[in-house]
Amino acid sequence: MSGAHASQHPALQHHFDNLDQQFEASTLGMWLFLVTEILFFGGLFTAYLVYRIAYPEAFADASHHLNIVLGGTNTAVLIGSSLTMAMAVYAAQLGRRNTQVIFLVATMALGLVFLGIKAVEYSHKFEEHLVPGINFVFEGRDPIHSQLFFSLYFVMTSLHALHMIVGIGIMTVLTVMAWRGRFTKAYHTPVEVSGLYWHFVDIVWIFLFPLLYLIDRHGPVH
Amino acid sequence: MDTAAAPHSNYLHDGYTLKSWLLTRDHKRIGLLYLFGVTAFFVLGSFFAALIRIELLTPAGDLVESDTYNRLFTMHGVIMVFFFLIPAIPAVLGNFLLPIMIGAKDMAFPRINLLSWYVYVIGGTFTLTALVMGGVDTGWTFYTPYSSAFSQSNVALVVVGIFINGFSSILTGLNFIVTVHKMRAPGLTWFRLPLFVWAHYATALIFVLGTPVIAITLVMVGAERLLHLGIFDPKLGGDPVLFQHLFWFYSHPAVYIMILPAMGVMSELIAAFSRKAIFGYQFVAFSSLAIAAVGFLVWGHHMFVSGQSVFAAMAFSLLSYLVAIPSAIKVFNWTATLYKGSISFDSPMLYAFGFMGLFLIGGLTGLFLAALAVDVHVTDTYFVVAHFHYIMVGGAIMMYLGGLHYWWPKIFGKMYNEAWAKVAAVTIFVGFNLTFFPQFIVGYLGMPRRYHAYPPEFQIWNIMSTAGASLLAVGYAMPTVYLLYSLVKGNPAPDNPWGATGLEWKTSSPPPTHNFETPPVVNEPPYNYAK
Repeated sequence: MSGAHASQHPALQHHFDNLDQQFEASTLGMWLFLVTEILFFGGLFTAYLVYRIAYPEAFADASHHLNIVLGGTNTAVLIGSSLTMAMAVYAAQLGRRNTQVIFLVATMALGLVFLGIKAVEYSHKFEEHLVPGINFVFEGRDPIHSQLFFSLYFVMTSLHALHMIVGIGIMTVLTVMAWRGRFTKAYHTPVEVSGLYWHFVDIVWIFLFPLLYLIDRHGPVH
Repeated sequence: MDTAAAPHSNYLHDGYTLKSWLLTRDHKRIGLLYLFGVTAFFVLGSFFAALIRIELLTPAGDLVESDTYNRLFTMHGVIMVFFFLIPAIPAVLGNFLLPIMIGAKDMAFPRINLLSWYVYVIGGTFTLTALVMGGVDTGWTFYTPYSSAFSQSNVALVVVGIFINGFSSILTGLNFIVTVHKMRAPGLTWFRLPLFVWAHYATALIFVLGTPVIAITLVMVGAERLLHLGIFDPKLGGDPVLFQHLFWFYSHPAVYIMILPAMGVMSELIAAFSRKAIFGYQFVAFSSLAIAAVGFLVWGHHMFVSGQSVFAAMAFSLLSYLVAIPSAIKVFNWTATLYKGSISFDSPMLYAFGFMGLFLIGGLTGLFLAALAVDVHVTDTYFVVAHFHYIMVGGAIMMYLGGLHYWWPKIFGKMYNEAWAKVAAVTIFVGFNLTFFPQFIVGYLGMPRRYHAYPPEFQIWNIMSTAGASLLAVGYAMPTVYLLYSLVKGNPAPDNPWGATGLEWKTSSPPPTHNFETPPVVNEPPYNYAK
């Protein structure tokens, strides 16, 4: 991939021998960063699992109060955004500027749709008095532990949303860079590694959705 | 210096303005920024230790109120653990040496490297702000629900500070791993790497795998304290023991973050001053990885009295013993390296000998604590305090200083006064033992930790301990003086003052900006002293 001229490439940083080495280092760095992210969310998933196993009824009652239609829609939106992101990376690999910009913008738009729907869900929870620490009133078999469910729901989903916001910020920078033609067949590392990040954030949701919305859905409501 | 000396210009001459330092991307300069940071925090942490020791000189709690005392030992612990011990060797010596040792021009991500220092400084600023506003009194462990619901001190600020600081560890670890994988010089295979690099690779794995967990745990504590989102507080339905599990999942491996780099320094020193290849190189290399791996499976031994199940406690006890195996492999191999070596007693080697003895005592008393029944007896006593200080101070700080002395000529291109260095090394060794050995005894006799008053029969041991701490303070002050003095008046250092192997000794002292005049090619095994 790196021809004789690759070492002259303006994007090549001084401490790398060639663009290949730089690309491999960046990719490995992003994968490692994603490992740290897995452990970061892992602490929350652990807390969730411990409490769900300890208080299954309270968690089943609580999860009935989540809106499965909005959650399901958001899942579809996010998977769609992964597709557009993958297309953006593909366009970058081929060095197609306009296609790249279109798909990056589409990814951002879908990300914003997700965040909008999430905001609607949050406001519903507020109206239904399901926000621990602010106003929480719950009729059920085990209200105090249902409150635990909502604590985790808000910490997990808001942290996920924060990652989406960061992702959209990165995408904005990428779009500008892509528009200026900074990415070519020889050099498109930032698009590639940002794509990895975006897919990771999607995957977190792929786990959050069933855990929070779907499990024990078939059980009786208090 | 005139322009004719241009070929000898080095990274220190790469600009003299404050800006040239604060915006540098050179891993060597970033290492020195960290040196500045960790030294400042060490002085501050030592100040709290001094107040603790003065209070404990007499059985009555007469110097400070018990509430103030809680804040003293908490700030001592928080600062020493998070802002000194964890970054000390990796972020200073590791940052400076790792790229040079593998023949690279810099870390894989120089900007992220600089970012990690700023993150460290910002995290430190939050913590110092909390300190100025009255400190924090939870102990460095932040046990819930005290930390999340009851403490009246500045828990939130400190938690935010440590959360932010954690990302400096993560970024450093990420940089180390990628650098070792992708930036090695031609011919530098994995089994030709210095053991210092292996040790830092293992440390970086813990940085990357452990630190995010403490980060999210602190997020949960913060959410509970600030937003009253119940997670750990039993009143809100939570389980405080879950906090302890999550906390120690990081904080036990954090001990290995402190000791593994120290072991890496040790391997370099032992080989260099015995003039022999390290005995059992591959075993020493893999034992670092083994310590990192097993270290993640032993956290429950901090919770033998916390109400975890007996079966869990037994499993954690057994697993804790396992850590002794790779640790012992290292100690035996260092000893075997000494055998028939041509040993010299330069000051770094004195620290190495000190480390050997202190780590041995610290490690073996760790086995006492891994034993369920013994641990219940000595839980929360000074026996535990003495044990972990033997590892953290006797182990990590001895090697931090040993390494600093060993590589000082390389870092600054100046020789320090060897006679004073020897005196300091011996003073520190004696002072350390006088401080902490009595604590084993008084702890075994039943003196609990974290109280500012104690029964009069324990006073003699505490007097010894405080006397030792005074000596230790003198010992730590000495290098500060003669090392700084060497910068002004020291003789210029040759490229390889110790006659050691390793790429860092093949470049000039101090190294040029890109570390080597010509990119090195490696075609010999490590520690090739036999030639």
